[in-house]
Amino acid sequence: MAAVADATVPVATIRRKVSRPMVVAAILVVWLVLFAALRGRQTLTLAAADLTALHRWLNDVNDSIGANRNSNPLFLYFFNEIRLVIDNLVTFVQSLISQPADGRPVPQIGWLGVVGVTGYVSWAVGNWRVALLAVAGFTFFGLQGLWQESMDTLALTLSAVLVALLIGIPLGVWAGLSDRVNRIMTPFLDFMQTMPTFVYLAPLTLIFLIGGASAVITTVIYAAPPAIRITAHAIRSVPETTVEAADSLGATRMQQLVKVLLPMSKRTVVMGVNQTIMAALAMVTIAALIDAPGLGKTVMQALTSLDVGTAFNAGLAIVVMAIVLDRVTTAAAARTEARRTDGWFLKWRRPLLGAGGVAAAVLVYLSHTYVWAAEFPGDGTVGSHLASGADTATTWMQDHLFGLTNALRDALTNGLLNPFQTLLTDSPWWLVGAVLVALGAVLGGWRAGVTAAVCVGLLVGTGLWSDSMTTLASTAVATVLTMLAGVVFGVWMGRSALVDGLLRPTLDAAQVMPPFVYLVPFLALFGATRFTAIIAGVVYAAPVAIKIIADGVRNVPESTVEAATSAGCNTWQIITKVQLPMARGALTLATNQGLIYVLSMVVLGGLVGAGALGYDVVAGFSQGELYGKGLAAGLAIVLLGVMFDRITQAAARRTRA
Amino acid sequence: MAQHWRAGAAGLAVLGLTLTACGGAKVGDSSSAGSTSSGGKCGTFNLAVNPWVGYEADAAVVAYVAQHDLGCTVSKKDLKEEIAWQGFGTGEIDAVLENWGHDDLKKKYITGQKTAVEAGSTGNKGIIGWYVPPWLAKAHPDILDWKNLDKYASNFKTSESGGKGQLLDGDPSYVTNDAALVKNLKLDFKVVYAGSETALIQAFRTAEKNKQWLIGYFYEPQWFLSEVPLKKVSLPAYTTGCDADAAKVACDYPVYDLDKIVSASFAKSGSPAYDLVKNFNWTNDDQNTVAKYIAVDKLSDDAAAKKWVDANPDKVKAWLK
Repeated sequence: MAAVADATVPVATIRRKVSRPMVVAAILVVWLVLFAALRGRQTLTLAAADLTALHRWLNDVNDSIGANRNSNPLFLYFFNEIRLVIDNLVTFVQSLISQPADGRPVPQIGWLGVVGVTGYVSWAVGNWRVALLAVAGFTFFGLQGLWQESMDTLALTLSAVLVALLIGIPLGVWAGLSDRVNRIMTPFLDFMQTMPTFVYLAPLTLIFLIGGASAVITTVIYAAPPAIRITAHAIRSVPETTVEAADSLGATRMQQLVKVLLPMSKRTVVMGVNQTIMAALAMVTIAALIDAPGLGKTVMQALTSLDVGTAFNAGLAIVVMAIVLDRVTTAAAARTEARRTDGWFLKWRRPLLGAGGVAAAVLVYLSHTYVWAAEFPGDGTVGSHLASGADTATTWMQDHLFGLTNALRDALTNGLLNPFQTLLTDSPWWLVGAVLVALGAVLGGWRAGVTAAVCVGLLVGTGLWSDSMTTLASTAVATVLTMLAGVVFGVWMGRSALVDGLLRPTLDAAQVMPPFVYLVPFLALFGATRFTAIIAGVVYAAPVAIKIIADGVRNVPESTVEAATSAGCNTWQIITKVQLPMARGALTLATNQGLIYVLSMVVLGGLVGAGALGYDVVAGFSQGELYGKGLAAGLAIVLLGVMFDRITQAAARRTRA
Repeated sequence: MAQHWRAGAAGLAVLGLTLTACGGAKVGDSSSAGSTSSGGKCGTFNLAVNPWVGYEADAAVVAYVAQHDLGCTVSKKDLKEEIAWQGFGTGEIDAVLENWGHDDLKKKYITGQKTAVEAGSTGNKGIIGWYVPPWLAKAHPDILDWKNLDKYASNFKTSESGGKGQLLDGDPSYVTNDAALVKNLKLDFKVVYAGSETALIQAFRTAEKNKQWLIGYFYEPQWFLSEVPLKKVSLPAYTTGCDADAAKVACDYPVYDLDKIVSASFAKSGSPAYDLVKNFNWTNDDQNTVAKYIAVDKLSDDAAAKKWVDANPDKVKAWLK
């Protein structure tokens, strides 16, 4: 592909363009030669049950926190107060929609009220189409027999999103106004988003106790960063000239913020709310590990008896909730941008809004008072049909595809994964480290090289070098597969609106369906192997890559494609010589996002046979003695993520330049 | 504009009144609401539920009895062992019903922080070991002796085991000496970590169905054994102290006497739920029956418990005396 790109660039840059792939190839050749000579020396391996001094020290820190919980003033006057406030918030929302309250056998607002209010709010902030979708979606929870579970999940998600926004938007504005704050904050946000949740679940329950507060705080840690980042980005994207105009009119800093910056960045900020909600929903199943009520619990409990059908039913409810909330917030963002100016609508909007509000209030009253409107009628037969349908489908797949899937697994494992992993784990650590730093410097410039060097040093420091290399091998293979899927489907979607319309909902579902749901069928098809973990990573990461590439292909100017067609290019030539090269920026971005998403599935891979860092994290969560090692493994995952993010981003900036 | 508004509001009010008029039963009318307040002095009973079906069965029955016979408000909390034990100190957990050994946790919380105390055996015997699918035991009966394992090692090769035979291990929370065992018995095997109980069970299920070679770590009581009766491979017999040095273990796992742990404050509280937990005792068969109701027959926890309690009134009576 690089050669194709070269054909279109001006002569002056050809020398640099050609030399870079050659330098990369030279580095790889040197690596292979040295590997052959030095194989198996200084590989820094560590057995599953062994610990280093760092791991033991982390254990001690954790133990001393537990032992001093009741005497430490930090706990008595700080953490306990935070816990109390958040716990009250969660209990309040739960008593409204999900849990029996005030001696009533049912919550304050029954299903009819919740459906009514949801429909009304969706219509008020969005449009009538998303309102219909919301009403249909929420009614579907009841039909599935999962009303209470769904409401518990909704209550926790709403509480977490509220807290995340209360923290995130002010911080985001601050980071948007100040470059220095932004620079300081970015690594923390990276850390919060890539540190595996399993690592901090146990300490969190020690600090904030088991219950709603811990679940909400876990979710906030993961869901606040998008709100902060997108708000900062929104503030930054307000055109310079507008700000200057306000300046010249003598506006104070405060006026500038409230009257100019915030209103102008409203649409993007609403998209931040959207991303925060999606991130919060991604935590539903993980939070169930510390007793968070709701759909996640149903999924996890079904897994202990390998009940795929029940897990699928609950997973589907999460998907529906995610799609409803996504479409409503997207519609809300669109509305803030394009206010309708047409007279009829403006005239009728207010009275209609008032009438709708009254109708919603009546529904709430009814659902508060009458049993039929409080408890969802029926016994969820739709849910049991869905569950048995999913069971039948998975059994069929297991019976008919087993030989095929095994052959595919063995071919890819023996042909690609095993050789690559051996190269990484059996080379001396300093050789692999040097290769990573050199590649970083060549692809991303000297800054990326320095970052890579720091990350390599810290990786060695975690004492988990060998496990990190095993994980790196699987991650790289998964990313390659993700990009293959991304290019094939992305180009297809980018070229055809029909395919786009058909595939997009499936991609949305694949992104928000909790991975725990499809683990069992994957285990049946591919066994407890690294390959199963790779496939799970691809399923999670490919939708993002596909969407980015599809956008990139669609953004290639129509006129360029037409010119190529009239010059006599066939479809294949247009794709390979015009559309893909011109979507180069999108391809690098897709690689970056694909890698980060695959890395976020490493821990889950540990549950299905991937071993290495993922297993270390899971083991650290399960066994006190391995806690320190699990934490170190979590850090190693963060380091891998930061290293690749910086290298690919720097490379992306170069291809654009 | 104001007229439209009023008309709309009036219309809705009428609609609302009509609906209310033909409303039906009101919330709180029915007498079923008061059933939990019959006992009174028990209060809230915080029961940890560790994530395996056998434990779920224990918890289902104890919770059912506590609720119906003692009038407790039972709050079940789904947690892994480590976090559940942590809850003893913070007052979030009153009891853990099925503890598999866990000398590390006992040392930390019972003798160290003194936040937990033992509450006797559950009557269940925990057996840990290496198991093979039934078809394999039938086709090659001599495989059930560890001495013959090396002979078959090449059949157990997989894409994960690096040329050796694969010994599959499960959830990292469970007690295991397998890596040391393989080394000390000089077997040509490699321990591969499946990482979860789900992965382990699915592996055995697939192996039995497709007649694949598989050997792995497993344990009883376990509901899955009623679906696929795995066969245990005998390792060198366990003698007291043969597992004292974890690195040098070369013998089978001991039979675990599964026991109950409660928080120190719960033990002193005088709650009738504590007496129930202390007296709770049943057999592996009892647990397997309830676990099968839950995992295979897909009954809810409560329905499964009711079914067993109704069929075994004498056992329940003994717990309540």
